[in-house]
Amino acid sequence: MTPTKPVLRVIDLQVSYYTEAGRALALDRVSLELYPGEKLGMVGESGCGKSTMALAMMRMIKPPGRIEGGQVFIDDVDLMTLPEAKMRKARLSLISYIPQGAMNSLNPVLRIEAQMRDAIKEHLPTMRDAEVQARIYEALESVELRREVARMYPHELSGGMKQRVCIAIGILLGPKVIIADEPTSALDVVTQRQVMETLDRVQKQLGAAMILIGHDMGLMAQFVDKVAVMYAGKFTEISPVRDIFTNPLHPYARALIESLPTLNNKGVFKGIPGLAPSLINRPSGCAFHPRCSEAMEICRTVTPALIEQRDGRRVACHLYDQPIRRADEPAMVASR
Amino acid sequence: MTPLLEFRNVTKIYSKGLLSRATTVALDDVSLRIEDDQPTIMTVAGESGSGKTTLAMLLLGFISPTHGQILYKGKDIAKLQGEERLAFRREVQAVFQDPFAVFNPFYTVDHLLSVPIEKFKLARSKREARDKMEEALNAVGLRPEDVLGRFPHQLSGGQRQRINVARALLLKPRLLVADEPVSMVDASLRATILESLRRMNREYGVSIIYITHDLTTAYHVANSIIVLYRGSVMEAGDIDRVIRDPQHPYTKLLIDSIPWPDVNRRWGQTEIKAREQDHGSVETGCKFASRCPFVMEACRKAPPPLYQVAAQQAAACYLYEKQPVLAREQLSQVLPV
Repeated sequence: MTPTKPVLRVIDLQVSYYTEAGRALALDRVSLELYPGEKLGMVGESGCGKSTMALAMMRMIKPPGRIEGGQVFIDDVDLMTLPEAKMRKARLSLISYIPQGAMNSLNPVLRIEAQMRDAIKEHLPTMRDAEVQARIYEALESVELRREVARMYPHELSGGMKQRVCIAIGILLGPKVIIADEPTSALDVVTQRQVMETLDRVQKQLGAAMILIGHDMGLMAQFVDKVAVMYAGKFTEISPVRDIFTNPLHPYARALIESLPTLNNKGVFKGIPGLAPSLINRPSGCAFHPRCSEAMEICRTVTPALIEQRDGRRVACHLYDQPIRRADEPAMVASR
Repeated sequence: MTPLLEFRNVTKIYSKGLLSRATTVALDDVSLRIEDDQPTIMTVAGESGSGKTTLAMLLLGFISPTHGQILYKGKDIAKLQGEERLAFRREVQAVFQDPFAVFNPFYTVDHLLSVPIEKFKLARSKREARDKMEEALNAVGLRPEDVLGRFPHQLSGGQRQRINVARALLLKPRLLVADEPVSMVDASLRATILESLRRMNREYGVSIIYITHDLTTAYHVANSIIVLYRGSVMEAGDIDRVIRDPQHPYTKLLIDSIPWPDVNRRWGQTEIKAREQDHGSVETGCKFASRCPFVMEACRKAPPPLYQVAAQQAAACYLYEKQPVLAREQLSQVLPV
């Protein structure tokens, strides 16, 4: 069964931070769609707006940050227009967020079960205690933790176990969209693989859509279906994972892929020249043009739009202003 | 010839509390040497709790070994005094994991770089000090005018980490201990930092001990590798051999768990046996036995010695007991430079 209707629709979401140095446009009218069961990887350098986007979708942006516009639909509910009380309910039950370094977000003086019970009671105050307990055990088991973990304190658990507790809390109420922000960045490779396998399984069980935020392209290659590359608060390219690794379209995506160490390019170090742009004084036109090897005159003045190509990939770059011709098609004179 | 650095059967045991007899063997009988005349890059790899940071701390003289000796140019580093101690402090430098935590936020980059110059009397004039700073910054690919006079919070993580490398370089060290230098830096900037480490090795003749859990970057910079698991050497040898054809079941598991950025290479061919569990404190056999898919009876009885499985590869595993035993003290024989 292929789902026909997206579970998540983000439309023109915009966030700015107001600092002493001026206004930093952290998220510049970004749009995104996600279908049930789909896994999207969101990548980009630190400060490019990945975490801001996640927090904005949760309506958890704090001053000096401000959501300045846009809509976030989960099915037909626009989270941006919900009253705060309803939004509180929506968090965890419609959309849940597993923050970066989540293991440090557990309360050190409360047992795991107390923290999980809080989350359930907040949403379902009438649920009977026995039922709550059953729900807690079920969630722990689904992330492969023993029931005894419920009675433990965070310090008694290893990093991987704490991270799994956070995943268990994230799925307690069966959300439709799960956002995981670098869920394994502090873990060892073997533990990382176990945690990712767990995340993959619970996501499939729930049939939820998932956004994985990170800058580890290796993890993306192994885990997600689609990759969205963000640069200076905008998406530069959104493509299926195989396409982005074998044939990246946007020059930034290409540089990102080429900078990766693989087994076949030992000793070749190819960083991306230049520095990440300032969000306060962002470059005119395409924000990547000062670092781009293929920058043209138009790139300095006109911001490219995210345009859908014929194969369904989307890219924001003047190189692709005209839809790409496939090799098996006859050449057409492009007229617009 | 006296090696630059030598670990002689070094063991470090941490004990918990004053009265408790519970102890943790953080590093178990490790011997290695780095030659004076052949600068190399050696990786020490392992998961958290493998003892890799303990090894760095021992090497820098921050903690002392429970058994065994650490020699720098033939002298026990615990006994260095006066001039020799100062020379050791200058010649052995370190770059740590977190580029955000190692700077004093109130000082500018100039201050940070001029302190070691004054401390070790590297320059006779302000002019010379400035030249030295600029030279070191250029060597790591930073433009002096971009960073001098700035405060740490005005710099990106990648810039800060390169300033750390520049600071170390300034002192013309013989040995650099790099403890997870790129794990907190963006993937796109990792390449630049690794490149400056490698230049330091090639152009300035600095030997580097690269401590990491990331075998991908290790593969790209290092010549040799030592894989630690809970304080013991599991496998060691030429990095190409170990990464491409690992022999020890633990190394196989590690390498199979690397998420390679390659859609045609799926991870997870090897099953992960036993999730994280409480490690029994009393163990007589191989430390990996409880998680090993090939565990045999012998594994639980006594820890396996190192077997030399190839000219430049050794594995501590009974699967290779037909191969010649390599004495722990001889470990460096399988490590290329």
